Amino acid sequence: MKKFTVINTPIHNIDGIAKVTGRAQYTFDISLPGMLHGKILRSSYSHAKILKIKTRKAKALKGVKAILTGKNTLGVKQGIWRRYKELCDEEILARSKVRYIGEPVAAVAAIDEDTAEEALDLIEVEYESLPATFEPLEAIKEGAPQLHEHADRNINVTRHIEWGDVDEMFKKADYVREDWFKCSSQAHVCMETHCAVASYSPEGKLTVWTSTQSHYYIQVLLSWMLGLRESDVRVISRYTGGGFGSKFELDSAQFCSSLLSMKLCKPVKIVLTREEEFMATKRRTPMFYYLRAGVKKDGQFLAKEARVFTEGGAYTAMGATALYLTGFFQTFPYVWPSYRYDGYRVYTNTAPTSAMRGFGAPQATFSAETQIDLIADELGIDPIEIRRKNAMYPGHEVPGQAFIQSCGLSQCLDKVEKWIQSRGKLPPNRGIGIAAYGFMSGGIFNWFNTPYAFSSAIVRINIDGKVDLYVGSQDMGQGSNTTLVMICAEELGVRIEDIRIHMGDTENCPVDLGAWGSRETLMQGNAVKMAASKAKQQIIEFAAAKLSPNIVYDLDIKGRWVHLVARPERGISYYDVVKEAIRGKDGQPIIGRGHYTPHRKGMISPAYSFGVQAVEAEVDPDTGKITLKNCVTAHDCGQVINPLGVQGQLEGAIAMAAGYGFTEDLPMDEGKILNPNLVDYKVLRATEMPETEVMEVETYEPEGPFGAKEAGEGLTNPTAGALSNAIYHAAGISIKNLPISPEKVLEALREKNKKKKKKK
Amino acid sequence: MEKKLLRLTVNDEYHELYIKPKKLLVEVLRDEVGLTGTKRGCNTGACCVCTVLLNGSVVKSCSVLAMQAEGADVTTVEGLADEAKLSPLQLSFLDHGAYQCGFCTSGMLISATALLEENPSPTIENIKESIQGNICRCTGYNSIIRAIKAVAEGKYKESKQ
Repeated sequence: MKKFTVINTPIHNIDGIAKVTGRAQYTFDISLPGMLHGKILRSSYSHAKILKIKTRKAKALKGVKAILTGKNTLGVKQGIWRRYKELCDEEILARSKVRYIGEPVAAVAAIDEDTAEEALDLIEVEYESLPATFEPLEAIKEGAPQLHEHADRNINVTRHIEWGDVDEMFKKADYVREDWFKCSSQAHVCMETHCAVASYSPEGKLTVWTSTQSHYYIQVLLSWMLGLRESDVRVISRYTGGGFGSKFELDSAQFCSSLLSMKLCKPVKIVLTREEEFMATKRRTPMFYYLRAGVKKDGQFLAKEARVFTEGGAYTAMGATALYLTGFFQTFPYVWPSYRYDGYRVYTNTAPTSAMRGFGAPQATFSAETQIDLIADELGIDPIEIRRKNAMYPGHEVPGQAFIQSCGLSQCLDKVEKWIQSRGKLPPNRGIGIAAYGFMSGGIFNWFNTPYAFSSAIVRINIDGKVDLYVGSQDMGQGSNTTLVMICAEELGVRIEDIRIHMGDTENCPVDLGAWGSRETLMQGNAVKMAASKAKQQIIEFAAAKLSPNIVYDLDIKGRWVHLVARPERGISYYDVVKEAIRGKDGQPIIGRGHYTPHRKGMISPAYSFGVQAVEAEVDPDTGKITLKNCVTAHDCGQVINPLGVQGQLEGAIAMAAGYGFTEDLPMDEGKILNPNLVDYKVLRATEMPETEVMEVETYEPEGPFGAKEAGEGLTNPTAGALSNAIYHAAGISIKNLPISPEKVLEALREKNKKKKKKK
Repeated sequence: MEKKLLRLTVNDEYHELYIKPKKLLVEVLRDEVGLTGTKRGCNTGACCVCTVLLNGSVVKSCSVLAMQAEGADVTTVEGLADEAKLSPLQLSFLDHGAYQCGFCTSGMLISATALLEENPSPTIENIKESIQGNICRCTGYNSIIRAIKAVAEGKYKESKQ
């Protein structure tokens, strides 16, 4: 019999038909009877005291129903790092001070969006401008304007990671190299902007439809901010139009619509405009990286020192996690015998920076992989060879941090090496660069301080054999609903169409921390597998009673057939057993519960994905323009659950990460983002995509459901680094400052030619 | 602002609506006709998630005043399937995993439908160009390109009748 009946078959997303027919209802589509529309007035100052907010004129406008400011809030400073009070620093509606352009200062509810918009113009805010600071390396200096009273020199968080004797190992090195890198910011650009519809009822219950990656986090944070009981806040999120890390913190649409609805007892909808989305929601953390690496002349890694200063923006957000993860993943996916990392997150008067797909790791991978190629080149070692020599392997322990169980990195290197060889000699101005990477399968950290299991699931089997699967995870397009249904179907021995998933509603679903940090496949997947297994056990007990096999025989279910494992033809229909089992249980449906919380699995994650990516790119020496030709990825995500899903994640990650590498940028002037629209902010278009190929390297991860690991976020890590290496090999220029724009390419080419001439 | 009469046909249904003349086509389709399959992503005509067919031509419904559609035939994503029978492109999008979050999918399907109406045998370059304006942040486009190509190659023919 085949190992799996459901897993590892390409399945299109189970909510696909709703999506291709336009019937999927997003928060953006929700309209309730009597619903009002809200708009948010945002600061035009990057740093200022709020002296007075006059709302009289705006209130007098016909159709305006309410205007609220920070004074109408409980004045809670919130943050997703709930365990640490000093990291909860964001009021969302500022009471006395604004710290970035775009910070909310007032919220309006009116009969329609136009009226609400008009009212914003009538609100008069008196500010007292304060000196501001925008760059982390400036903001950290003595005497720079200070954003928060508690943070001297604007230092928000620091992180230190160390193992081995770094100084001693540097002494043993034959070759030491230092580099500075600047990793830019990036906007998530979810096609559905942040939005919420809040409806408060006189019974004291608040229901919020919202586009989110974690309905649980939003429920908890809203209840805290609004002084409600957690269970009196219901958060519903059936379809989410993209997340990428931007939608698991409490946002201004959610908070302001809730506040307005509580005041008016009417539903209020707020949809952020694309401009607000760019200027006033969170974004990828810009990082200044100093790297010093010491190696043997044969390429063996000995010591690495990394120092990072990140542009934090005005508030903590998820920046503290990004700061830790970038330091941790700076060594990935290699064995560094010694390592010292010091990270500083610095407050600046810019929009807060936070989580974005890869969560600090793309910055780490870009800088590390670029430097490794420079080292390899200096030492005359092949880029594949130097990586192979230092690659992580199964059973490796990252001292004090992580234990690597499954790891297919060296197989990935082999596959990519073969592909590079197959390309033969390349045309002029073209090069292939590689980058190796790894990523976590869900974070172990609990800064949110949840008392619940990290993931929970419930399986209920009804009289007709239909299975209701209740999960707390959020499908934002990455396909977790499908993955979880597949895991459930495989474990229960039924088919995909036998299962109906219930998600995206705090009232009906058990808690899961949400879709971030690549956690759903492993963590929610383990909970689902456990729930299905417990339900299955009950079916098997009844079947055993019915079939009365020799006690030494095991029973199993596959393809809706409950049978003896040793004699598959001896069995009974799943449907028949379910009917009788429910009758036998005095009419109770069969229920299984599952949960998962990692224990004793290190500091970061229970399991890690690995991979190697090769990017083939062409540089036009006259214009500096970069064209992507091929992007090939060898990828170890453990046991693949849904090949179609993995391919989609991979190609989507390439588009986003290549954009980070060479087209996407958020230039600012005095804290004001200069390109807050989709014309001037350049995401990759269909015509710019390279050919893509994925080569799976299957491993078995003991911690994951059926051996699976993450397969979505980590894929964003390698592309910028592989691209930078491709350009190095194509044109002999190394650009350490993202994004690699045509201007930077031309500048680097000019420098290179100048040096050449001098040498002559 | 005085409301004006707008007569238009959406997915073969005739509508008479009284609307403010400054309303955009996307607003009327979503808020007045009640078809929310057409999305909005930018309001500056830069993302094409609001793409619909106006008398058979591709338009960004956020860049067209509803009054400009007076007497016109509009096709939205809701008009692509024949009752429960999905169009070849819809089926191919499913099979190729050519959507993830789904928010750009309506516009993408409309752009692709228009392409194949106009050019039943497009090259890969033609396909890429036809969806160049449509931003998808999830898929990286290649699955969408494969899905359109498969329909152009006749792989979904039977379902066309």
